[in-house]
Amino acid sequence: VLLSITCSPPQNYPLYIRSIPTENELKFHYTVHTSLDVVDEKISAMGKALVDQRELYLGLLYPTEDYKVYGYVTNSKVKFVMVVDSSNTALRDNEIRSMFRKLHNSYTDIMCNPFYNPGDRIHSRAFDNMVNSMMMQVC
Amino acid sequence: SFNEELPLPRFMALKNDSEVRYGTPAELHGVKFQVPHATLEKNSYKRTDEGDKQEPKSPPMSPICSPPASPSTYQRVPLSYGYGKSRSGLEQQHAAPYEVRHSTHQQDGPSSGNYGAKPALASSALNRSLSAEREQPESSAHYSDDPWRITEEQRDYYINQFRSLQPDLNSFISGSVARNFFTKSKLPIPELSHIWELSDVDCDGALTLPEFCAAFHLVVARKNGYQLPETLPETLLPEYLQAASLKPVRDCALFDSYSELLPGGQQARDFSRAEKASAEEIPDNSALLQDAKKEDKQALKVSTPLKTIPKEFQHLTVKTAAQESNALRARPRSRSYSSTSIEDAMKKGEEPPTPPPRPQKSHSRASSLDLNKIFQQNTQAVRSGWLPPPPPALPPRPSASQTEQVSEVELHPQMNRAPSQAEENSSAKKEVVLAQPPSKPTRRKLRTETQGLETPELSPTINVTSSLPAVKPHLPVQKQSSKQKRAIQTAIRKNKEANAVLARLNSELQQQLKEVHKERIALETQLEQLRPVTVL
Repeated sequence: VLLSITCSPPQNYPLYIRSIPTENELKFHYTVHTSLDVVDEKISAMGKALVDQRELYLGLLYPTEDYKVYGYVTNSKVKFVMVVDSSNTALRDNEIRSMFRKLHNSYTDIMCNPFYNPGDRIHSRAFDNMVNSMMMQVC
Repeated sequence: SFNEELPLPRFMALKNDSEVRYGTPAELHGVKFQVPHATLEKNSYKRTDEGDKQEPKSPPMSPICSPPASPSTYQRVPLSYGYGKSRSGLEQQHAAPYEVRHSTHQQDGPSSGNYGAKPALASSALNRSLSAEREQPESSAHYSDDPWRITEEQRDYYINQFRSLQPDLNSFISGSVARNFFTKSKLPIPELSHIWELSDVDCDGALTLPEFCAAFHLVVARKNGYQLPETLPETLLPEYLQAASLKPVRDCALFDSYSELLPGGQQARDFSRAEKASAEEIPDNSALLQDAKKEDKQALKVSTPLKTIPKEFQHLTVKTAAQESNALRARPRSRSYSSTSIEDAMKKGEEPPTPPPRPQKSHSRASSLDLNKIFQQNTQAVRSGWLPPPPPALPPRPSASQTEQVSEVELHPQMNRAPSQAEENSSAKKEVVLAQPPSKPTRRKLRTETQGLETPELSPTINVTSSLPAVKPHLPVQKQSSKQKRAIQTAIRKNKEANAVLARLNSELQQQLKEVHKERIALETQLEQLRPVTVL
């Protein structure tokens, strides 16, 4: 399971990336980066309704493995991308949505911190804890 | 009050060099505190039970901490933080009873018998001997007291600092203000960020007084070399601090005043407090859960079976926190989305709500419905400061009023403008008033009739209403009739004013007329005098 939060356009650099398991992490990073394009596409297509949870079901991208990529965009164009293993079929859409909601909540909490400059990488321990607990749930 | 450095209270540090690192002696305002021996020996009580509890906590503070040379030097630790001059006097008074509540993390577990006590024994020798026993490097400055517990003097200091930023103790310090304030402490930004995360439990981007005290305390602790905890210690939780402040522990005047302020303020801001307190429980809950896993926290809870009042606080807080956290476990975290709006709503809710300003003088529709609304709004704004806005839709009325008063549509605009432009339209209004007095009362009566009757004086004209398509609900009808009455009264008042103005104008014009007459007479006499000359 990989979790990634990327910043708003035009930079599209990640504010936070965390993944479990840690091997092949780079591949996950790459996947996340490519999925940003898809997310952007969807945003422009929608026009309105920015706080949207979209499902990027990539299906069999690689012959060896398949995974699902979920996306979520906030009103400030901050994108959350989550990659989960398709073998983990226990994950339902509702759970994904709730996970994104939690992420969004934690992200807004970080925003409330006056010492956090928007655009900085996220180093918040509370955020880390939340993400860890979420990922533990999934795996 | 302070310029470069964040003034920090006398926090008895274990190490001199680390303090020096954080501040410059130049910042000192010449206040040197003599930590009384009393503070040292107090902790001697807790030596025995400290030893075992220190094992689980051996934080990597040794690189930072260095054992003080001796109790004597320890006592004469120069304060390396800048002090506000205004506060140095205050602090000096408290110097003697000022108890340093520092204990290393190793002894976080054992608690705080000395929190409230001020024994005046001097036993540095005892201290030294006991310190020799300890296996910890930080020895002689052991305070069995919890470093995360705020002493009264510290609390007063924090409150004063809060006041310097925000005079209202029940209000917030905004994020930017707090950021500037805490940045002066010269702690690195990530640490400040973490401190903020710990202390702003409701994550609203602002600090209330207990949150501020917690944040300040963490800053001070950090400057004294303590590692920041992962979660907010119990003793720094806002509800704990609030509960602690409410109990009359000391005779400190400031403290009393604060406790007085707090209940009063709490009553006034029950909504905000309840909101905050209940929302705080959620992170508190998680914090408690995490803490429960930690040995030291358990030890903290267990090993405070002491006679001091703060211990009661802790139990009280733990119990209430646990209860509340259980109760609120399922509460959704809606605050983080609407935190600012809640804040704004809370702030707005405290002001006396006034009806929103309404466009009184102009209306887009020519229908008399709007005029009625405008009249109602006029009277409402005038008569009472707090009335619910008029019902948004008056569907029955347009039909009735339109059928009834089509002929008087031109009257309404004039009537409407009269109050605002009495002077300009005085003539027009006069005509209107003169022309329409007989119909006006009847029209008014008709209108009130259509909306139901409230006053007996209008009852004779009930027959008129029956002819009208009175298909209106009674509830808004009665409201409208009363509004209508008020509208009528306002109009009457305005007419009277206009009358007065016109009367004044009339008298002035009469005066001018007299003068002009006189001039005319004068001119005619001159003419008469001159005429015989010309005739000749």
